[in-house]
Amino acid sequence: MPTTIDLMNHRTAITVTLATVMTVCLASAVVLLRRIDGMRSGATLEEVLYIPSPKILKRMSLGYNGLLADVYWTRAVQYFGAKHRAHAMQYQLLAPLLEVTTELDPHLIVAYQFGSTFLAQKPPEGAGRPDKAVALVERGIQANPNRWQLYYELGFLEYMERHDPAAAARAFERGSQVPGAHQFLRVLAAAMAQQAGQIATARMLWTTTYETTEDKMIRFNALKHLRALRVDEDVPRLEEVAAEFKRRNGRPASGWAELISAGLLRGIPVDPLGRPYKLLPDGRVEVADPDSLPFINQGLLPGKKPESLVVEKKS
Amino acid sequence: MINRISAISFNTFREAVRDRVLYNLIFFALLLVAAALLFGQISIGIERIVLINLGLTAVSIFGIVIAIFIGIGLVSKEMDKRTLYTVLARPVRRWEFILGKFFGLVGTLVVNTIFMAIGFFAALLYLVHHFQRSDTYLLVAIYFIVLQFVIVTAVALLFSSFSSPLLSAVFAFALYIIGTFAEDLRAFAALAHGPAGWIPTAAAYLVPNFSALNVISSVAHGESVARTLIAYNTGYALLYAAAATSAAALIFEHRNLK
Amino acid sequence: MAAIETFALGKTYLAGFLRKRPKIALKPLTLTVPEGEVFGYLGPNGAGKTTTLKLLMGLVFPSGGSAKILGRDWRDPAVRVNIGFLPEQPYFYDYLTASELLDYYAQLSGLAASQRRRRIGEMLARVGLPEAGHTQLRKFSKGMLQRVGIAQAIIHDPKLIFLDEPMSGLDPIGRREVRDLIQSLKDEGKTVFFSTHILSDAEALCDRVAVLHKGELRGIGVVQDLLARFSGNVEIIWDGAAALPALQALGCECHPTGETIRAVLAQDQLDAAIDAIRRAHGRLMSITPVRASLEDYFLEKLNDTPVEVAR
Repeated sequence: MPTTIDLMNHRTAITVTLATVMTVCLASAVVLLRRIDGMRSGATLEEVLYIPSPKILKRMSLGYNGLLADVYWTRAVQYFGAKHRAHAMQYQLLAPLLEVTTELDPHLIVAYQFGSTFLAQKPPEGAGRPDKAVALVERGIQANPNRWQLYYELGFLEYMERHDPAAAARAFERGSQVPGAHQFLRVLAAAMAQQAGQIATARMLWTTTYETTEDKMIRFNALKHLRALRVDEDVPRLEEVAAEFKRRNGRPASGWAELISAGLLRGIPVDPLGRPYKLLPDGRVEVADPDSLPFINQGLLPGKKPESLVVEKKS
Repeated sequence: MINRISAISFNTFREAVRDRVLYNLIFFALLLVAAALLFGQISIGIERIVLINLGLTAVSIFGIVIAIFIGIGLVSKEMDKRTLYTVLARPVRRWEFILGKFFGLVGTLVVNTIFMAIGFFAALLYLVHHFQRSDTYLLVAIYFIVLQFVIVTAVALLFSSFSSPLLSAVFAFALYIIGTFAEDLRAFAALAHGPAGWIPTAAAYLVPNFSALNVISSVAHGESVARTLIAYNTGYALLYAAAATSAAALIFEHRNLK
Repeated sequence: MAAIETFALGKTYLAGFLRKRPKIALKPLTLTVPEGEVFGYLGPNGAGKTTTLKLLMGLVFPSGGSAKILGRDWRDPAVRVNIGFLPEQPYFYDYLTASELLDYYAQLSGLAASQRRRRIGEMLARVGLPEAGHTQLRKFSKGMLQRVGIAQAIIHDPKLIFLDEPMSGLDPIGRREVRDLIQSLKDEGKTVFFSTHILSDAEALCDRVAVLHKGELRGIGVVQDLLARFSGNVEIIWDGAAALPALQALGCECHPTGETIRAVLAQDQLDAAIDAIRRAHGRLMSITPVRASLEDYFLEKLNDTPVEVAR
């Protein structure tokens, strides 16, 4: 006959058994889930939109399309972020995700602004699809003709990514006519029209971006571009100095020190991140760490392609 | 033990099949399948895809609705109506009761799904006149839908063991929706690092994962389903359901009945 | 062996939403019910009768104390093979027929299929529903449900039967039948523990009763003994107010209605009272012995605070 003590133990045993079963099952389920994720993330799910038609989705959202747009915008950002971290070269889903987002909520300005940047930049910094970026911003302008930021974005893309100053000038011009537009648009339009020095124009554009945006990510991106522009200005100048030394002395300089003592330089030149440039025996100049300076066209190792053609090389 | 569990299961099944609401829901699901036929006819070239997408979605959604609406009442209804007293005053252990309820509802849902699947395949046959080899993957999709039901049942049962039916329904539906986006949730949690990331990560893994169990759109395009995915999904659904059912039993084991 | 033994079995709930306050449902209860006894558990509504039964059935967990049923720990599921339980105002699965319901419960109690078939017919006949086996319970009246409830409590031929308010919701004929049923269970040697607030039922059926009030055991004893303590009073009615002071002097309670006065007094004072009435030329109308009832005991127990246990 079981005593009270036995029964207390019996009840405790049931509790312990159930708790153990629960924990073990849950843990095993999580392990399996990770395997399932491993199987699917790269292949099926990530690259498949739940509902690829924004119009159907809009009807299915039962009026909550604003919220759903936010969900899709978040998905787009996550998708981009995850791919970007993995240094992906293809971003197939980005354009449709953005299309769905902006179709669900045509007034979600950030989606046009950030989205077009993601789309336009060269892989792995972006999807490398300036055409889609321009189309996205054009749709944005159609839906929100009074947001000057979108014209600015469009002009930016036309000039920076599509290298079409005339189209950029038209975009800036259109934008400058919107009530309340940033006055700088007019300056930019003029600059584009003038086809002034490319690096200077580019710097003007990026500086405007840097100063007008409040978003950290865009601001940082602008900063990276500004740094790259400085490298692109610095490197030819330094190479010019090195060539000058060779002309005068009939031999290449052994290092920066020689150039400094020759009075050609005031100090050891450093890149925008504060690291000294490298002077190679053949007179070329390189940045210390090209990976920390994306978008540069100058100062790269031989054979290494520029990551982004921010500014066309002067031919 | 087995006798008692099966008696409770059978009674749960009997309760469900004697409820008119169940037939209404099945009727609506079949109506939707039929509507898919009509809908397919007015569009061009995608009749089959539309039928599969809409038909299987109907089977899945109505099954989920049935699972939740019956599941939330499994324990709380017996508690409210005090029918539980006469059951637990017998040599029935509380976890046996929970397990019996779980199997009873899963059985109900399996039988429902068989009926709805027959309706669906009949509609498909009417449309395309003969089955293809790839149509076996439709069975896989239906099997995955049943696995979803198993998880939903366990989750509803868990909520039912400590909450009111209305709250349980809200919780279970919310968890189903979240579970549908579970993969996004995990991707999102993976972006956060350090201690701030642990809680979202843990939450993302704790919610049931329904996204991998939904292959409707891919089988609609005649794509195959990997055998390993079938195995993993089976394992996952059974383990998750076991964990949720144990949790339900654990809570129920320590409850004072009103 | 005792059928039921409780040792300081008590239950305190935490009531309230934000600030939980302890609410005592049952103060530590110690009582013993021997086998073969019909035990009445009396008390007004909310006295803690149902709480006691739920504790014994393992439906709620005690805050303290323990119990033994049929010599075993009350939480042992095996003990419930020999227990039948009818809850208060029972509700059953209304989508089942009476036979299906009994079959389900018999299955849960571990009866084999052949046994079940036989017992179901027998039980339905015993509770007076021989024709109702194939009717869904949703079509049953309250009284019929109560009968089905009793049938499910005894379907597995338990040794100990707990009935919570078994007579409630029944018409006089039904009550009579349930009384007979409890009597027949007693004749079969079963132990019946039933709670009620209807005292005449308890008086007619019980070997012993316990009185519970506000979660506390106020008294327990053999019914005959309890009644004996209250017999011996007489009611006397006479005409003539002149005798009033004399009778009041004897210390009895007098209720005058005009010239007619009613008084209740102890048997041994009757002679003195009659003498006093005669001396005052009063006209004696009637002298009636007062029949003691459980109600007197019950009311007394509800009013006094100290716990008294008379065995």
